[in-house]
Amino acid sequence: MANHAIAHEHALEPPSATGIPHDKMGMWVFLCSEVMFFTGLIGSYIVLRFASPTWPHPGNTLNIWLTAFNTFILICSSVTMVKALASVRDGDLRKLKLFLSLTLLFGATFLSIQAYEYRHLLHEGFNPHVSLFGSVFYTTTGFHGFHVFCGVVCMSFVTGKAFLGKYTQAHHQGVETIGLYWHFVDLVWIILFTIIYLF
Amino acid sequence: MTEHKHPNYMGIFWILLSVTVVEVGYSTLKVPRPILILGLVSLAGFKALLVALYFMHLKFERKSLGVIVASTLILGAILVSVGIGEHVLPRP
Repeated sequence: MANHAIAHEHALEPPSATGIPHDKMGMWVFLCSEVMFFTGLIGSYIVLRFASPTWPHPGNTLNIWLTAFNTFILICSSVTMVKALASVRDGDLRKLKLFLSLTLLFGATFLSIQAYEYRHLLHEGFNPHVSLFGSVFYTTTGFHGFHVFCGVVCMSFVTGKAFLGKYTQAHHQGVETIGLYWHFVDLVWIILFTIIYLF
Repeated sequence: MTEHKHPNYMGIFWILLSVTVVEVGYSTLKVPRPILILGLVSLAGFKALLVALYFMHLKFERKSLGVIVASTLILGAILVSVGIGEHVLPRP
């Protein structure tokens, strides 16, 4: 049934020279530019760290376990997102709404925990101008948090459309497109968590 | 995207979760720094690969899309390598 749905969906799409729907291709090109954006940030972090004679151990300043839990939340959100796409492809619109809502909830939870972490760190005196580590930490995680915030805003829009019945088994490109963005944000966090919190 | 059955998303979720726990545990071990960094980067790379291949469905996409993404990653790797090389390699 799923294969039939995908084939039907492709039959309804306008012709594309690449064989990939235009909006999906547009998202991939955007994500490629985002790869370069985050590569610049991560590359700068690595270079600054190699160049610095001393660097504080992240575990002494940051709450690793809290952020590990936040990583778990973001991984959960990726699973619910991909399950939402699988549901609409299978024609199960009830599950589509459920999984999109859960993704939205996980995204908001991630942002709330990050806001709590920032508030705690700032209260402890760890701010962007206290050290090079502080500067790099807030820049990289802040930009990532901003991306999650944008994702939550877009996800709200897509979830709203799902509840209004705008997506069907044959027409659901919006769900796939926001899903690609969401998974990318998760992927970037996987890298950031490792290099900023665990090194 | 080419036609395919849904991958085992929950299986991938449990792998991602397990590797995250292993990563955090591994980061607390007293091992030489290069080995620590190599291990953590490998684990993070493995997780990122799983997300890209199965959640973003790159495994089931057309080869041309894979080439576009791969070329971006290669450019990114060059960018970071040049930066690191500036500090690691001995100056003439």
